[in-house]
Amino acid sequence: MLGKLAAVDKIIEAHGSEREGLIQILLDIQREFRWLPKDILEHVSKRLDVPINYIYNLTTFYAHFSLVPKGRHSMHVCMGTACHVRGAERLLERTSKVLGIKPGQTSRDEKFSLDTVNCLGACALGPVMIADDEYLSNPTMEDIRRKADSCE
Amino acid sequence: MSEIKLKINGEEVTAEPGTMLLDAARKAGAEIPTLCNLEGLEPFGACRLCVVELIRGGRSRIVASCLYPVEEGIDVLTESEKVVRYRRNILELLEARWPLIDKALLEKYKVNTGRMARRDNFCIMCGICVRHCSERRKLNVLGFVGRGIERQVVSYTMRAKEFCPECFDKELSCLKFCPTGVIVNDCATRCPASRDEEAFAKPIRVRDDDNAIAVKKSLGDL
Amino acid sequence: MSEIEKLLNPSDFEAFQKKIVEGRDPNRTAVAVCSGPGCLAYASGKVFDRFKVELLESGLAEEVTLAQTGCHGFCERGPSVVILPDEICYLRVSPDDVKEIIETTLRGGGIVERLLYKGEDGLPVQKESDIPFYKHQQKVVFGDNKRIDPRSIDDYIARGGYTALVKAITTMSPETVIAEVKESGLRGRGGGGFPAGAKWEATAKPPADTRYVIVNADEGDPGAYMDRGILEGNPHSVIEGLMIGGYAIGANEGYIYVRQEYPLAIDNVLYALEVLREIGLLGENILGTGFNFDIIVHKGAGAFVSGESSALMSAIEGRVGEPRPKYIRTSISGLRGKPSCLNNVETWANVPLIINKGADWFKSIGTEGSKGTKIFSLVGNVKNTGLVEVPMGMTLRQIIFDIGGGIRDDKEFKAVQTGGPSGGVIPEDMLDLHVDYDELYAAGSMMGSGGMIVMDKDTCMVNVAKYFLEFLSDESCGKCVPCRDGIDQLLEVLQRLTSGNALEEDLELIEDISLMMKECALCGLGQSAPNPVLSSIKYFKDEYIAHIAEKRCPGGVCKALIAYTIDKEKCIGCGKCMKVCPVAAITGEKKSPHKINNALCVKCDSCYQECPAKVQAVTKIRQADVITAFATSEEAANE
Ligand SMILES: Cc1cc2nc3c(=O)[nH]c(=O)nc-3n(C[C@H](O)[C@H](O)[C@H](O)COP(=O)(O)O)c2cc1C
Ligand code: FES
Ligand code: FES
Ligand code: FES
Repeated sequence: MLGKLAAVDKIIEAHGSEREGLIQILLDIQREFRWLPKDILEHVSKRLDVPINYIYNLTTFYAHFSLVPKGRHSMHVCMGTACHVRGAERLLERTSKVLGIKPGQTSRDEKFSLDTVNCLGACALGPVMIADDEYLSNPTMEDIRRKADSCE
Repeated sequence: MSEIKLKINGEEVTAEPGTMLLDAARKAGAEIPTLCNLEGLEPFGACRLCVVELIRGGRSRIVASCLYPVEEGIDVLTESEKVVRYRRNILELLEARWPLIDKALLEKYKVNTGRMARRDNFCIMCGICVRHCSERRKLNVLGFVGRGIERQVVSYTMRAKEFCPECFDKELSCLKFCPTGVIVNDCATRCPASRDEEAFAKPIRVRDDDNAIAVKKSLGDL
Repeated sequence: MSEIEKLLNPSDFEAFQKKIVEGRDPNRTAVAVCSGPGCLAYASGKVFDRFKVELLESGLAEEVTLAQTGCHGFCERGPSVVILPDEICYLRVSPDDVKEIIETTLRGGGIVERLLYKGEDGLPVQKESDIPFYKHQQKVVFGDNKRIDPRSIDDYIARGGYTALVKAITTMSPETVIAEVKESGLRGRGGGGFPAGAKWEATAKPPADTRYVIVNADEGDPGAYMDRGILEGNPHSVIEGLMIGGYAIGANEGYIYVRQEYPLAIDNVLYALEVLREIGLLGENILGTGFNFDIIVHKGAGAFVSGESSALMSAIEGRVGEPRPKYIRTSISGLRGKPSCLNNVETWANVPLIINKGADWFKSIGTEGSKGTKIFSLVGNVKNTGLVEVPMGMTLRQIIFDIGGGIRDDKEFKAVQTGGPSGGVIPEDMLDLHVDYDELYAAGSMMGSGGMIVMDKDTCMVNVAKYFLEFLSDESCGKCVPCRDGIDQLLEVLQRLTSGNALEEDLELIEDISLMMKECALCGLGQSAPNPVLSSIKYFKDEYIAHIAEKRCPGGVCKALIAYTIDKEKCIGCGKCMKVCPVAAITGEKKSPHKINNALCVKCDSCYQECPAKVQAVTKIRQADVITAFATSEEAANE
């Protein structure tokens, strides 16, 4: 626990312990822990003297912040316009079916998180998804299952 | 500083620089409905009921009067055809969220209810309670979470337990300012102070079906 | 960077530049491996790694420059590798091709023909600029990507980089710089098209002790990646533009607001800033001119609405990125209440060119009201997906057909969407419209930041309108009633339409809500949110009517309205559809026509896509017609 908060303190100090740096601090915390646990946010609130309602307003406003743990493996399906007109909705459905979770959710065993993103800059492969670091261009359910099975 | 001259509904008036159109117009006798505006709080610009038509140099635009400061030589119309039509549409949207809305207002603007999908969650997100609690009382019990249609007002239980008794039942209570009256009507369950749940934070709005509260972006144990 | 030595005055810079230029052999062979987002997705990283290893092994590492560059443009055929100075363009390069490229081209001076682009006539094209995709473009801002290693300031300076900055701060007054930008007619590339010079002037005017200049690299349009392409590939061009702006406006601090989803762009910018500080082009008293300037990078945490000027400034202040309700320009009261000038990435990247080549040169490109070039992200159902830069005034048809190569799978064109969630769709008979701020606006769309999404006949325009509203209902800040509840109710109507439950009156409802939103919403998001719907009703009303009156989706997209069937006459019984069906709804013997059981079918479209293009036996019909064919679902299951 102490170790955790010490890591947070280090992040806060790296940003000059300024209230203005709040978003940058939260981004770094999110990267470090893959989500924003409540005790950490309460700690940030005290350290920066920012009320907790303000912090939650921020963290629920920006899409990148997560208030629940994220899975060890991330599946991101592109919902950008280019992918949309090439069938991203159906790709999302397929992925959701294979993983058994809805977009925005994490599987119970915390193995997978399924999220949507906007334009990955890989529109030529659309509809496209990224499974961890691998780009999959219009994968079938079979392809997705294979990829999921290969994840530890 | 010298006074600013402008016209409101065709009548010349003068106002101190920095006065908002809303105040200038009301002073001149115009009736402008408002929901999110409350004296003593920073103008918020959320409900948009206060829109008026502003004409400058022959060009017309619609502005929120609670936020627009008076300007030399402008013409302000508070009940132009456009303003009335837009207010009607806005009231129509509000009524879908808040069925208890002032019926006289609906009648005045001939609002056609029933076209919109029902969204009976009563809170119209005017933010008065939140702003009152943080801006004026500096207690930060209430806050906004989420964005878009998922945006809602929550109360943070720990802080509510500690601070709500300071205001509760007094002149300063947020309940007294809620324009929808919903918090007051249903105080036993809605008032943050009367809560004893263990949850970290609770939405204060009411919804007809509980599932609807499941916010798209998971709020975790919020 | 050779060795770190602070540049203290303009002549130091000149000497520095001379040394770089003279130290370079223009005929030196260089290999530019694209590492833009498209090529990375095609695993161009592996191609680069292989080049590194193989060059060492072949002993050519000393003679050949190898660089991982930003997007070359032709993402469709990635990974793209360009060999300089001859601009030999290899496409779809795999790691296994690397050895052959080294032996044949780098060592032998020959060509690996199978990796070249092949034209319609089947003939290979060797030089990049001869490929039709590139031939019709005019790459002014975006052209240097393949010649610049984004991590090398030397590369940038060798191409004339930072000479515009030096020219501005040593020979021009701030007023002359502003006058030049004004004269050039440069308009904002981030959406609205506001004249940049006028904005600079307005920010420089009010008395203030501090002013800010800011780069908007939030790139919120969900189908576009031009700004990413520039920032990743040529970060110095944006930084130089920002510095010139800072000088002209009287700002000593600049911000680059870039979405955190672009880690490579962030890294490249941060690296560039560090190098600039080391050599003294950033910091106190730059080149002894008395001009102080520094730049801070702020990562955006993901909110479309935070791309709006006042919201973006709130976000930099560490607050919720909500637009400010006040009617006061950010050029008067922006970041921290100080006069602030926000421009888009591409706008800033144009500035060094204008200063160096002059307003007259810039004005010579484009139309009366829109000067210069514009970068588009040409995507969707188009053959050649990629980033393209064209002179203003080119027609949409030229872009889509000459550069984009037409529609994928040679299907019929239906519409093109520009302007992202604030823009609109443009139908076939308006394809001769020119790329021009005012022309696009008049057509009910807008230039936007550069998203250009091509749609074929299998696209449902009602579904596309719904797509944008879904995006916006999540991305609206949720503060004002017109935007939050207006979008919500519009979306509700669109859902009725796509599920076949809408009535004729619903079109009127859409119009009522939309008109009110356009004038009453608090910020640009809400004011422009109805555009995608209104423009599609304007040009594709028949599709709306079909959804309402016939419960038919002409694009064959809306699940509730379509059903799949197999044409007995056409089916060859190959069994492909049967294999992909996830719910075993298709049955049939080999070589004899197959059948779909509609009661089981989940409409995943797999069979439709799988059926060979020559056969096209799987077809979409109206759901309503299925119901009449099978009275009950049991009956259907027994079928
Ligand atoms: C909702 C909304 C989102 C926006 N997103 C962006 C964006 O992602 N990038 C951008 O450059 N401009 C965006 N803009 C436009 C900016 O408000 C601003 O006009 C622009 O950055 C100014 O730069 P320019 O004049 O160089 O185009 C957005 C505007 C609105 C209303
Ligand atoms: S829209 Fe999906 S990668 Fe661009
Ligand atoms: S009173 Fe002006 S917007 Fe609500
Ligand atoms: S990413 Fe390589 S060409 Fe665009």
